[in-house]
Amino acid sequence: MLEARALRKAFGRTTALDGVSAEIGEGEIIAITGPSGSGKSTLLHCLAGIIRPEAGEVRLDGRRVDTLDEDDRTRLRRENFGIVFQFGQLVPELSAVENVALPLLFNRHGRRESLRTARSWLERLDTADCADHLPGELSGGQLQRVAVARALAVGPRVVFADEPTGALDSLAGEQVMDTLVGTARESRTTLVIVTHDNRVAAYADREIVLRDGTVAGASTVGTSTAGAPAAGAPAAGGEATT
Amino acid sequence: MYSLGEYIECIVAIMSTRHVLLGLLAERPKHGYELKKEHDHHLPGARPLAYGQVYATLQRLERDGFAEVAETAQGGGPERTVYAITDRGGAELARWLEEVEESAPYVVSPLFSRVVVAAVTGGAADGYLLRQRAAHLARMRELTAERRSGSPARALAADYALQHLDADLRWIETAMERLADLRGEIDA
Ligand SMILES: Nc1ncnc2c1ncn2[C@@H]1O[C@H](COP(=O)(O)OP(=O)(O)OP(=O)(O)O)[C@@H](O)[C@H]1O
Ligand SMILES: [Mg+2]
Repeated sequence: MLEARALRKAFGRTTALDGVSAEIGEGEIIAITGPSGSGKSTLLHCLAGIIRPEAGEVRLDGRRVDTLDEDDRTRLRRENFGIVFQFGQLVPELSAVENVALPLLFNRHGRRESLRTARSWLERLDTADCADHLPGELSGGQLQRVAVARALAVGPRVVFADEPTGALDSLAGEQVMDTLVGTARESRTTLVIVTHDNRVAAYADREIVLRDGTVAGASTVGTSTAGAPAAGAPAAGGEATT
Repeated sequence: MYSLGEYIECIVAIMSTRHVLLGLLAERPKHGYELKKEHDHHLPGARPLAYGQVYATLQRLERDGFAEVAETAQGGGPERTVYAITDRGGAELARWLEEVEESAPYVVSPLFSRVVVAAVTGGAADGYLLRQRAAHLARMRELTAERRSGSPARALAADYALQHLDADLRWIETAMERLADLRGEIDA
C-alpha cells in the first residue's frame, strides 16, 4: 500500500537517506529503528509526504506521492494520514481539545461534532483533564498523548508516529502504545512508528533497522538478516556521532 | 535465548521457594496442596512446583521453627496437613523482605562472551548484532502480546523478561558503537 524506492535525501553535506527502500502493507504495524541520526525521522517525513526526497519514489496505492506539488501533498496528508511529530508540534494558541479537533475541522466536519470527537479521544488517552489547557501548560508526556489523540481522531488510513513515547515513563508509554496499536488493529489502520525503544519496537509486526541512512536489517518473527561487509560500514565520516 | 519460564525460574531461585511458601502462609494456615496451587497461580510461567518439593520445603521450615503443623485431617494424606507460620517464621519473612538483593558486579553469560568475541573479530560483529537483535525482538513481541492478554501476575513476569531482554539489546548496541569508535581511532 505504501512503498518507497531508493530514497535519497541530503541536508547540505549530510546524507540523511542513502538509497532506502521499503514496502508497507495495509494494516501492517512497522517500527523504524536505528541509532540517533541514522535517518529515521527523515524516512518517516518522506513516506508521509512532508518532505520530498532528491531521488527515488514514494507511492501510496501505486500513486506517486513525492512528485505531487505542495498543495496536493497537503490534501493527501489531511485525507489519509495522522502524524505524531517527534516534538509534539501542537498549535500553542489553541487548547488541547481544539488542537485535536483541528484536523477534523480541516476535513470539513462540524465544530460541535469535531470537539466532541476530540474530547472522546483525549479520554481514551487518559488526558481528559488537559482538554481545556494550552500546550504551554502541559507536561511533556501529556503533550505527547494529546498529539497521539490528534493523529487518531481523523480515523486516518496511515498513522505515522515519531517517538510517540519518548517523554513517557514505562506504564504511560505502554498505555499509549496499547491505544495506538489497539486502534490500528481494530480499524486495520497502517501504523509506522519511529522509535529507539526496543520495547516499543516489540509492538510492531516487523522492523526496519536504519544505519547511516541505509537499511541495515529488517526483522519479522523468526527472521535473521545477514550483516554488512567488514570494514566499509563506518566510512561515511562520523556525522552521526553526537 | 531466554524463555519466560527460564526467567521466572531465575526469579524463583532468587526468591527461594522457602520464602515464597512462608509468604503464602503469612496470609493464613494452608495445606500443601493449596500452597502448590497458589504458588503456581502467583508465578505463572514458572515450572509448577512438584509436590515433593512442597513437602520437603515445609518439613525444613518446620525443622527450623518457621512453620508448624496446625491440623492433620483425619484419613487425609500428607497433602491434607495444614501448616501455620510461627512467630519466628514471621520474623524470618520480615528479615528477608528487608534484605537487599546483591547487585552483581559483572555479568557472565554466553551472550556477553559471544558479543565480545564477535566484536573483537571485527567483520562478524555487525551480522551477529542484527541476528541477535532479530531473535530478541521476536521473543519481545511474544511477551508484549502476552502482557496485553494475561493476568496481572503474568504482566509482572512479562515486564521482568521484557526489560531484561531490552537491557541486553541496548548493551549490545553500545558495545558495538564503542568498539567501532575504538577501531576508527586505530585506523586513523
Ligand atoms: N532539516 C535538517 N537540516 C539539516 N540537517 C538535517 C535536517 N534534518 C535532519 N538532518 C540531518 O540528517 C541526519 C538524519 O536525521 P534524522 O532526523 O532523520 O535522524 P533520526 O534517526 O530521526 O535521529 P534521532 O533518533 O536523533 O531523532 C542527521 O545527521 C541530521 O543532523
Ligand atoms: Mg528523529
